[in-house]
Amino acid sequence: MASIWRYILAGLGLAALLVGIVAVVYLTLPHSASGPDRSRSKKTANGLFVASFEPERGVIRQGELQSWLLTLKTAAGAPVEGAAITVSGGMPQHNHGLPTSPQATDYLGEGRYRIDGVKFTMSGWWQLHFGISAAAGSDSVVFNVVL
Amino acid sequence: MSRLTSVACLLALAALVLLGGCGEPQFSDAEKKTIASLALNTLPSLKPDTTNQYADVPAAAALGSTLFFDAGMSRDGTVSCSTCHKIDRQFQDDLPQAVGIGHTNRRTMPLAGVARNPWFFWDGRRDSLWAQALTPLENPLEQAGNRAAFAHYIKKRFGERYERIFGRLPDLSTVPANASPLGSDAEKAVWNAMPASQQDDVNRVYANIGKAIAAFERSIEPEQTRFDRFAIDLATGARPEGNAAFSPEEILGLKLFIGKANCVTCHNGPRFTDNAFHNTGVPPVDGLPPDRGRVDAVAQVEADPFNCLGKFRDGDESACRELRFMVKDGPQIMRAYKTPSLRAAADRAPYMHAGQFATLDEVVAHYSKAPPSVEGVSEVHPLDLSDRERAALVAFLKTLSD
Ligand code: HEC
Ligand code: HEC
Repeated sequence: MASIWRYILAGLGLAALLVGIVAVVYLTLPHSASGPDRSRSKKTANGLFVASFEPERGVIRQGELQSWLLTLKTAAGAPVEGAAITVSGGMPQHNHGLPTSPQATDYLGEGRYRIDGVKFTMSGWWQLHFGISAAAGSDSVVFNVVL
Repeated sequence: MSRLTSVACLLALAALVLLGGCGEPQFSDAEKKTIASLALNTLPSLKPDTTNQYADVPAAAALGSTLFFDAGMSRDGTVSCSTCHKIDRQFQDDLPQAVGIGHTNRRTMPLAGVARNPWFFWDGRRDSLWAQALTPLENPLEQAGNRAAFAHYIKKRFGERYERIFGRLPDLSTVPANASPLGSDAEKAVWNAMPASQQDDVNRVYANIGKAIAAFERSIEPEQTRFDRFAIDLATGARPEGNAAFSPEEILGLKLFIGKANCVTCHNGPRFTDNAFHNTGVPPVDGLPPDRGRVDAVAQVEADPFNCLGKFRDGDESACRELRFMVKDGPQIMRAYKTPSLRAAADRAPYMHAGQFATLDEVVAHYSKAPPSVEGVSEVHPLDLSDRERAALVAFLKTLSD
């Protein structure tokens, strides 16, 4: 008759195992969701500049045309003036480009350029590629934006 | 034997407790967030349209409403906007392709929430509600009129109402009866012979006709549905009552819509549209002229004298960013069409830009198979849904109707 307790124990053990599995799944989920590098400031591909990219109003709103600021400094920290900037991008996982064609519209001083016409129409992983030409040379940088 | 059953009972109990611990609702937090973002209560209030200073003037909306239903606003007095945009049919006509003075090449679009669009028509070849309204008026297959005739008609029928809203009508006494830069060869010749100032006068009256009609259309908004009641209850934690409760099939359909079937990537937000253009591999219709969608619309909206950058816009140019930053080329706009709202779609077959699919079952079967596009590249990929999953998606879409 003691064997019923063995079954109960086994049942409890099984339940504990299940809880453990669920816990592991929960713990690993945020890792897989963190995906691409989301830093808003980084060195350009060949290290000519340090670029940072921020929404001008601080928040990203899906489906709205927004302006962002691209700030360019030399590796030594001096603002980059008179840069020619090209913008492209898209959603790498959906294989499509941007729904708008953002442009550098204004130079705001201190290495800050307004990138207007940015719109993210869906949630997910977006990429923005910038081609930058200035006195120091040409370089490029990619920012990931995850909504 | 009894020991076996008691063990089975215990295991079942443990499983139940475990499941119960995960919460009784069938949705994850991420799913709940997505569902909440689709509910009508998240629709922001309508923004002012600074390009149309009459957009929220009641007298303009009243005149616009009159014009919308007036068959006098056509070449032979038989067609109005409401011929195709029927008020009791969600402002559409249930036909695969609209029929006005002639047979058109496209499906009539419903108008609920239309004032919230950045682009108009399936291909977005107009950039404001008021510029849009001027297009069917002169389209030879739709109302087939011409702007000189419309100006005379407004003066004759609605002169006083017009002047109370827009100020004095120009002197039309020397304006020819029929003339337009887009009309027949004869009408074009007459138009080209008119002095620029007179062309301008006529264009101004014409733009105001569009602005009045747009003011009326701003009042057409989507209605709350079963889905919205369900979504609000889910968000507030209330148990959905009566018809706000979803059947297991509808819940499966909703989960597919926001999950595995990826519908929500394009049909998102409270209107179920991202307001953007996509190639989804919908096949062309035999016998209709070639239709390349967005790729051909770019030049048209740029050339439209009534576009946001043109001189008939009110307010300043800062309202024109959609036009300024639109995508002008690239493979992604070939056979790309605007994502339609799915609200109340179940009650308005047939579907797609030329009425290609007769039923929602056909629509969902299309997405499941995702055939390649005849031109350009389709953005949708095969889903290989089971019969049960396809039926569930259709069941969910119907909750956006009642
Ligand atoms: C002959 C039928 C017909 C008539 C008449 C007609 N329409 Fe349409 N309407 C259509 C069709 C078809 C489309 C889509 C056409 C396309 O994409 O090329 C459409 C599209 C529209 C859209 C775009 C909706 C969107 O979501 O982009 C609006 C707004 C609209 N019509 C308003 C009007 C107004 C205002 C009038 C009268 C001045 C009018 N229509 C007259 C058939 C008609
Ligand atoms: C890549 C973007 C995209 C995805 C993903 C997508 N749709 Fe669409 N949907 C569209 C576009 C664009 C159209 C119009 C296409 C056309 O007319 O050629 C459309 C049309 C429709 C229509 C017809 C509406 C009408 O008024 O004619 C329905 C219904 C629909 N989609 C449902 C769905 C469902 C269900 C899914 C998921 C299985 C889905 N869509 C996934 C973009 C998308």
